[in-house]
Amino acid sequence: MREQRLVPDAEPSSYYGKPILKTPTWKQPDVPLYLFLGGAAGASSVLAEGAALSGRPALQRAARFVAAGGAGLGSVALVHDLGRPERFLNMLRVFKPTSPLSVGSWILAPFASLASLALASDLTGVAPRVGRAAGVGAAALGPPLATYTAALLCNTAIPAWHEGYREMPFLFAGSGTSAAGGLAMIATPVDQAGPARRMAVIGAAVELVASERIQQRLGMLAEPYQQGRPGFFMRTARALTIGGVAGSVVGGRSRAVSVVAGCAYAAGSVLTRFGVFQAGLASAKDPKYVVVPQRERMRERTLTR
Amino acid sequence: MSGHRLSGALHDVSADAGYADPPPRMGFFTDTSICIGCKACEVACKQWNDVPEDGLLLTGMSYDNTGELSANTWRHVAFIEQSAPIVPVLDKELPAPAARPVTDLGMPGLRSADPQGTTTNDTDLRWLMSSDVCKHCTHAACLDVCPTGALFRTEFGTVVVQADVCNGCGYCVPACPYGVIDQRKEDGRVFKCTLCYDRLKVGEEPACAKACPTQSIQFGELDELRERADRRVSELHAQGVDVARLYGQDPDDGVGGDGAFFLLLDEPEVYGLPPDPIVTTRDLVAIWKHVGAAAVTLLGAGAAAFLGRRR
Repeated sequence: MREQRLVPDAEPSSYYGKPILKTPTWKQPDVPLYLFLGGAAGASSVLAEGAALSGRPALQRAARFVAAGGAGLGSVALVHDLGRPERFLNMLRVFKPTSPLSVGSWILAPFASLASLALASDLTGVAPRVGRAAGVGAAALGPPLATYTAALLCNTAIPAWHEGYREMPFLFAGSGTSAAGGLAMIATPVDQAGPARRMAVIGAAVELVASERIQQRLGMLAEPYQQGRPGFFMRTARALTIGGVAGSVVGGRSRAVSVVAGCAYAAGSVLTRFGVFQAGLASAKDPKYVVVPQRERMRERTLTR
Repeated sequence: MSGHRLSGALHDVSADAGYADPPPRMGFFTDTSICIGCKACEVACKQWNDVPEDGLLLTGMSYDNTGELSANTWRHVAFIEQSAPIVPVLDKELPAPAARPVTDLGMPGLRSADPQGTTTNDTDLRWLMSSDVCKHCTHAACLDVCPTGALFRTEFGTVVVQADVCNGCGYCVPACPYGVIDQRKEDGRVFKCTLCYDRLKVGEEPACAKACPTQSIQFGELDELRERADRRVSELHAQGVDVARLYGQDPDDGVGGDGAFFLLLDEPEVYGLPPDPIVTTRDLVAIWKHVGAAAVTLLGAGAAAFLGRRR
């Protein structure tokens, strides 16, 4: 007679410990960097329109630079990530609401065009009305650009991403907003940078709360956000973002402090994206993150039936 | 428009995808209780579909040197060695094999018994073999998330990649709840089982099913396969094989049922299968709603930054 085990195995059973899911083939730094650039660009387009409306030309120019530059560099990173970069135009072959990448392509392409047009007009002074209209268009597409990337990650089977779909859009909105504010603080004289400072502080608050909530709500699936390299990235991002808030609140009237705080915001946003990205990869590589939550789900279903 | 459902049971998957008067949905029923691990399916698939070599490595973990489904492996025979009571898998009416000398293959747990025998008293060893394949889900996440339309639903209800459209964005790879589809690194595009779409077109059965010597891989109309599987599992239960269970045949499961489903002799995760897969797009509407709320929040943050104090 074989002995009966009273406690279940500490490790759930698996096929020789091999992953159940495929690890995303998305490359680093391409994709996490794009998450940062798209977020910063999207939020900057809103900042730029606010600056234009309230008559802050230096802030407007800085924000337009980030909006156009971020979208341009982000597009390059995305195309570079493709297995067949020469076929990037196939992204616009169809429009599929079930594919956040399709929706995102249809946001990014017009956003990049409009933001570039607005910047070009601002720099050259040519066709100012067309430039402003383009800027308004970019500002309308900016918030979706900064947040659709959350749908991109969450609409997968990757446990740490999918289960965080309630918080991830806010995490990304906050991260993009604080980055946009921070980057504008670096490039704008302090007397025009007030809205950038306030935007960065609000964005940081949203980011910190969303990050905290995701890690509290996900239970076991919070581990990838807390352990190893992604854990280090998330903690450092948090410290940098808090540092940015402190710097902009205390030393917002100092150009030097503003530059340092702006860099801290931007670096925090970059690290948040790499942390989230790598946490997803970690949750795909260990089969326990698939098996244990799914078993728990099945157990709850039988209990409620 | 009534079509394009994202989750739940769906009787006519091809009609939902827009086909007028499609043929019956075709699929696989892989009965792992009669799989002998010969890998003829792996070979036949490679030959017919001209799938490249997938690495000549020894895994060192079992007789499975293939490892997993991938862009270059569309059928994968899992091979599990367990220290567990053996179950009487074969029909009781079968004549007992003639007594023959036992060869010690050095297998763990082997004492004086033929590891594949069914009439010995060996209670220490069990071999499970299972030929895994793309599930051709009723609600296929890979297809839903594909931004180019390279992945499509065929008239047979199966899911196929159009290699001339795929741009290698890789979105389908993390979307698949079974870890099936993958990118061919040197090519850049993704590949997976097509359920031999070309053979189906001319009324032939897929290469793997054709080559399977024990009919562990059964191909046919999905409705008929589901009935056959129900009969088989009752038969096994009647023979005392209580561990037999179907996997992926339930139209009410998280993916709306698989077009390729299985009879297993252990928990799915033992075979490297997720115990309760759910198509990610089931939550898509909720995901988009949260994204919308976050976008409005961002716009609000921007407005708030300009309100109040001037400079």
